[in-house]
Amino acid sequence: MSSVQRVVVDGSIIATRNLIKLKRVPEVLVFVLISPIMFVLLFAYVFGGAIDPGAGISYREFLIGGIFAQTVVFGATFTGAGLAEDMQKGIIDRFRSLPMSRSAVLVGRTGSDVVYNLLSIVIMSGTGLLVGWRITSNVPDALAAYALLLLFAYAFSWIMAYVGLMVPSVEVINNASFVVIFPLTFVSNAFVPVESFPTALRHFVEWNPVSSVTQAVRELFGNVNPAAPVPDVWSLQNPVLYTLIWIAVILVVFVPLSVRRFKATSR
Amino acid sequence: MATPPQPLEVEPVLTPDDATPDPMIRARGLRKSYGDVRALDGLDLDVPRGTVLGLLGPNGAGKTTCVRILATLLVPDEGTVDVAGIDVIARPDAVRARMGLSGQYAAVDEYLTGFENLVMVGRLYGFDRRRARARAKELLERFSLADAGDRPARTYSGGMRRRLDLAGALVAEPDVLVLDEPTTGLDPRSRNQMWAVIRELVAGGATLLLTTQYLEEADLLADQIVVIDRGRAIAKGTADDLKRQIGGERVEVVVADPSALEAVREVLEQVTGGEVVVDGETRTLTAPAVAGPQTLMEVLRRLDTEAIVLDDVGLRRPTLDDVFLELTGHGAEDTVADETNQDGS
Ligand SMILES: Nc1ncnc2c1ncn2[C@@H]1O[C@H](COP(=O)(O)OP(=O)(O)OP(=O)(O)O)[C@@H](O)[C@H]1O
Ligand SMILES: [Mg+2]
Repeated sequence: MSSVQRVVVDGSIIATRNLIKLKRVPEVLVFVLISPIMFVLLFAYVFGGAIDPGAGISYREFLIGGIFAQTVVFGATFTGAGLAEDMQKGIIDRFRSLPMSRSAVLVGRTGSDVVYNLLSIVIMSGTGLLVGWRITSNVPDALAAYALLLLFAYAFSWIMAYVGLMVPSVEVINNASFVVIFPLTFVSNAFVPVESFPTALRHFVEWNPVSSVTQAVRELFGNVNPAAPVPDVWSLQNPVLYTLIWIAVILVVFVPLSVRRFKATSR
Repeated sequence: MATPPQPLEVEPVLTPDDATPDPMIRARGLRKSYGDVRALDGLDLDVPRGTVLGLLGPNGAGKTTCVRILATLLVPDEGTVDVAGIDVIARPDAVRARMGLSGQYAAVDEYLTGFENLVMVGRLYGFDRRRARARAKELLERFSLADAGDRPARTYSGGMRRRLDLAGALVAEPDVLVLDEPTTGLDPRSRNQMWAVIRELVAGGATLLLTTQYLEEADLLADQIVVIDRGRAIAKGTADDLKRQIGGERVEVVVADPSALEAVREVLEQVTGGEVVVDGETRTLTAPAVAGPQTLMEVLRRLDTEAIVLDDVGLRRPTLDDVFLELTGHGAEDTVADETNQDGS
């Protein structure tokens, strides 16, 4: 077997093992999947009245794209926590003593979390439809939006995988990740339009990848008014391309970094 | 700290340079420190093919550190290790393919069933699905886990977990096995089962390194014993060599009244002619039972004539503690005390 084949095969064995755990302890999923529902309801009914997205669309239509982006970013914490837990369990010694691929534990973890992200996106879509969100574009565009979200989620999983390998215990991971995740998601166009930020923050918002992925899915789902102007920055004018670049950069940086870190802790 | 004693080379001598016939495990000058704690301090080991080496030592002696280095989980600061002629540090994967490890704490996945655990291990060894399943079934049978095979491992008792872990080490039928305290925490019945399994593996031609805190266990299972203390070998040889070294069985007397300690000490000295160890706190005296039961009877006759009241009396086999007392002049538990002193810097 070539080493690439080995990574894929061993990674899928580990992913299967992670999914068996999800099946045995579904409680783990409940709270994580409830949180996006809570966010939709909170923003749609509590803050919704106070925020005017402008550009001739309703806030709920505007909101769902942002919640999608926020959900997948928050969901990456799941990867970090899962990995941090794995590293403390006895089973990791078994993995280390086997002639398996050294990156399989990471590839398997980020891989099984795609299933988790898929689940949360389905739940999100359902909740969105209930509060009045609609896809007004076409099927290929909508599928492209979902694919982009999953890719973005996958890349973010690798960031959190790295964080999960750095923290000394599972408890630390939530705090550690919120320090990164809260500013990224709230200082973006996910919940309020770019124009509402003061100039000092505006640049960050405009180049924040959470903004571009939000903009991209809004456009692909047809949740924007075609007549309304998009902020005049390259990142938001070309949100799909800009997001894809971020995905590539994150993977190129964090995959080798995490694999190296894993090897260092295992020997 | 007093300079550690040089290894007492008990016959047959196993010096590092002699040509051990066909060594399966060969370690030279292993050193490993954790901060200021020297876990291994120049350890040499030789395990000839098809034999069992018992690594005997108290808490903190460095047993687990040694096992983790052999099993490629840890890189030593200094020293070399070969397993079946393969350099463990340079080619860990080649070693992993041939060696089975059962660590001090069971390395099983709690949420997977026993069967799923073993299938996963088989698949990670590169078995196809069918072969992994067949092997898992076979091992569950062999370790009397067939009935529990479909339950998540977190519902297993300590002994069952331990057996499942050992089964995991055997999936690929390795010819070298490293077991870290395989019977610690097991009840007598599980311990006997574990011993039977280990004997079976040895009969099948496997080479084994096992660690233990019990001289009795090393005696039962090992061809050669290496006693380690503070990361160094302090004695090497067969169980008989070690016992001869420390005088075999001992008479142990517990007096009812501490004032009788001196009188009993004199009796023991006269009867055995050996060194008498007195522990005032527990009112216990021990001395080598040179003639076994005869020594005990003679001691009893003498104590009876002197009308000394006893709480307890008997013959007992030497323990790790006796070995330590004899070899290092300090009891086994002192190492632990030392270890805590070293902490925190
Ligand atoms: N990860 C670690 N960090 C710091 N010190 C360690 C670490 N692992 C082991 N040590 C220290 O190294 C020494 C040897 O430990 P080791 O676990 O090898 O002993 P052991 O013989 O296996 O003991 P036990 O019988 O308790 O399992 C001890 O003093 C221990 O405190
Ligand atoms: Mg240990």
